[in-house]
Amino acid sequence: MYTLENVSKAYTRSTRKIAALKNVSLTIGAGQLVAIQGPTGGGKSTLLQMLGALDRPTSGRVALGDAELSHLPDSRLAGIRAKEIGFVFQGFNLIPTLSAQENVETALEPLDVPGDERRRRALAALESVGLGDRAAHVPSELSGGQQQRVAIARALVKEPDVLLADEPTGNLDEETRDEIIDLLEGLWRDRGLTLVIVTHDSAVARRAERRLHIKHGTVTER
Amino acid sequence: MFFTYLRRELAGRRRQTAIIAAGMALAIALVMIVNAVSTGVRDAQAAVLESVYGVGTDLTVAQEPAPPGEGEGGPRFEFDAGAGTTTDGSTEISQSRLMAGFGSTTFEDDALATVEALDDVAAAAATLSLTNTTFNGELPEFRQGSDSTAPTEGEQPVAPPEGGFDGAGGSAFDVDSFTVLGLDPAADAVGPLSAVALDEGRGLEASDTGDAVAVLDATYATSAELAVGDTIDVGGTEFEVVGTVTSTSADTETAANVYIPLDLAQSISGEEGMISSIAVQATSADRIDALQADLEEALPDATVSTQAGLAASVSGSLASASSLISNLGLWVSLAVLVAAFLIAILLTIQGVTRRTREFGTLKAIGWSNRRIVGQVTGESIVQGLIGGAAGLVLGLAGIWVVNLIAPTIGGATATDVVAGGPGGRQLAIPGGPGGGFADAASASAGSAEVVLNAPVTIGVIAIAIGLAVLGGLVAGSFGGWRAARLRPAEALRSNA
Repeated sequence: MYTLENVSKAYTRSTRKIAALKNVSLTIGAGQLVAIQGPTGGGKSTLLQMLGALDRPTSGRVALGDAELSHLPDSRLAGIRAKEIGFVFQGFNLIPTLSAQENVETALEPLDVPGDERRRRALAALESVGLGDRAAHVPSELSGGQQQRVAIARALVKEPDVLLADEPTGNLDEETRDEIIDLLEGLWRDRGLTLVIVTHDSAVARRAERRLHIKHGTVTER
Repeated sequence: MFFTYLRRELAGRRRQTAIIAAGMALAIALVMIVNAVSTGVRDAQAAVLESVYGVGTDLTVAQEPAPPGEGEGGPRFEFDAGAGTTTDGSTEISQSRLMAGFGSTTFEDDALATVEALDDVAAAAATLSLTNTTFNGELPEFRQGSDSTAPTEGEQPVAPPEGGFDGAGGSAFDVDSFTVLGLDPAADAVGPLSAVALDEGRGLEASDTGDAVAVLDATYATSAELAVGDTIDVGGTEFEVVGTVTSTSADTETAANVYIPLDLAQSISGEEGMISSIAVQATSADRIDALQADLEEALPDATVSTQAGLAASVSGSLASASSLISNLGLWVSLAVLVAAFLIAILLTIQGVTRRTREFGTLKAIGWSNRRIVGQVTGESIVQGLIGGAAGLVLGLAGIWVVNLIAPTIGGATATDVVAGGPGGRQLAIPGGPGGGFADAASASAGSAEVVLNAPVTIGVIAIAIGLAVLGGLVAGSFGGWRAARLRPAEALRSNA
């Protein structure tokens, strides 16, 4: 599924050059559940952004199937993100003025799904994460765990091949963390997704079938 | 989704929406009011001009007034020794003179044929602008041939002066004047009489050429106590009043007090074969400039004026209002408009900055730049339209207040064709020691009082809607540009 060859990514902060990734080479097979761990500032999120077609490497090659993510124009990358990649963020990143159902519908907007079908699929996605009865609630009316469930429904409503989760339990208490991880693991098993989770939490990482560790921009297998 | 998102965003950011809409509303209302008042002033100018030049006059041909030479000036009245009638020691004299209007220059009437021969001329009419001045006086009877030597001792002194208006040798004079316009009775398509409405009797007709018939301005007829069927002395010739006319434009007077056939006007005034102005109508509006050039070439000594140029000849408070509108009003409304646009742009950019992570998330889930720019621009346009709707209401209310107040503004023309009002001047020179002048009445200066009406036109409403959309588009474009520049990875890292 994913192929990374000698991927490096450098940022310039003021006059200082920071190497976030250094010659990273790895492959992630279709349907794998991969956990990425490492210290803060080690390059976890940068690696996830490469996988999510949100950023391009300074050098090296990133490919998702046949798509060369490191060389495609922005518009093509947006199309790939719209169809094939789902995101779950630590801060949920829901749009505060939209209801839970409307937040889920935003993921179908770039696919030009007709209104009726969009609403039906969004409601079904919410039901699949146990929030069918909260469809009309805005994020501020939902708990943290419920908001993350809405975010997961938004990521899955378009039936992507890949789900990328950046610290999905980082803002949740232990009980809710387990519920969300159970949910993600269940969806991974049921749908045959490729699931990549960036996490500090070893309890979460232990649920993965493959664990990567990244420190100072260098990736090692655990 | 677009409209749902848009509606929720605007409802969720009421304060920003209210500020942008209020700024736009104020600016749009100001522009509407200034535009409507400006149109009103233009209409008022047109009303004044039409009363003078007639409806449909696109150009006028005249000649620059020559500076008065030595010995020229006002009318000169000469009376011989036997003039007047003497009764009870007083001699009453009266004389009426018809001559070219002050500041007016006449030129050969063959210029009319030159004008009519040009392409693009639909109609042309020549006029001769004149002023009739009547001198009435009462003098004491002079004692011709009396002994001029001083009385010797024993003789009775010369008797004190007698007669005159005060019975003590004083004199009194009345000087009355009115404006006279000589015109071709057959040419009614263009020229001053094309802008009048018949009040009583009839207008001048083609068969009136050579006849001593006159049409009077209704206002002048009333003040001079003249009616259809009466006669009026014009340059010593009695003219029968066959009709009275009023201006078709409310509150303005017609071009002259008295209208008579051109041929008689020329012969009585001694201006044989002369005219003072030609009113020209072009075949179409887009040919006016070309026709002006042709006229200037064909008549190099003449002054050719377009309606736009004629508008500049309107003076008085009407001109002041026009100047105020076109200068202060325009600039104030433009300044407010620019300020409103800037506020809308800044608040939109600020809104986009605050929503950086939101747009980053939308980009992460596959929203294209085009879709995000469309969303931001759509929100701005709706904010502009809300401001436009409020501005429309505010602007209409402002225009309604202007029309409610209905300010009266005055306009006068400073051209060779002067709209004259009735009036006269009486000078009384008492006899005996001291003497002096007493101004009994002041002359009217050929002005028109026009009630300013600010019309609500489709154009005014289109301006409001257009500015609202434009303001939204401009602010949305800046906001959209800012949103489009966001890199999704950086936007997601944002704390905004």
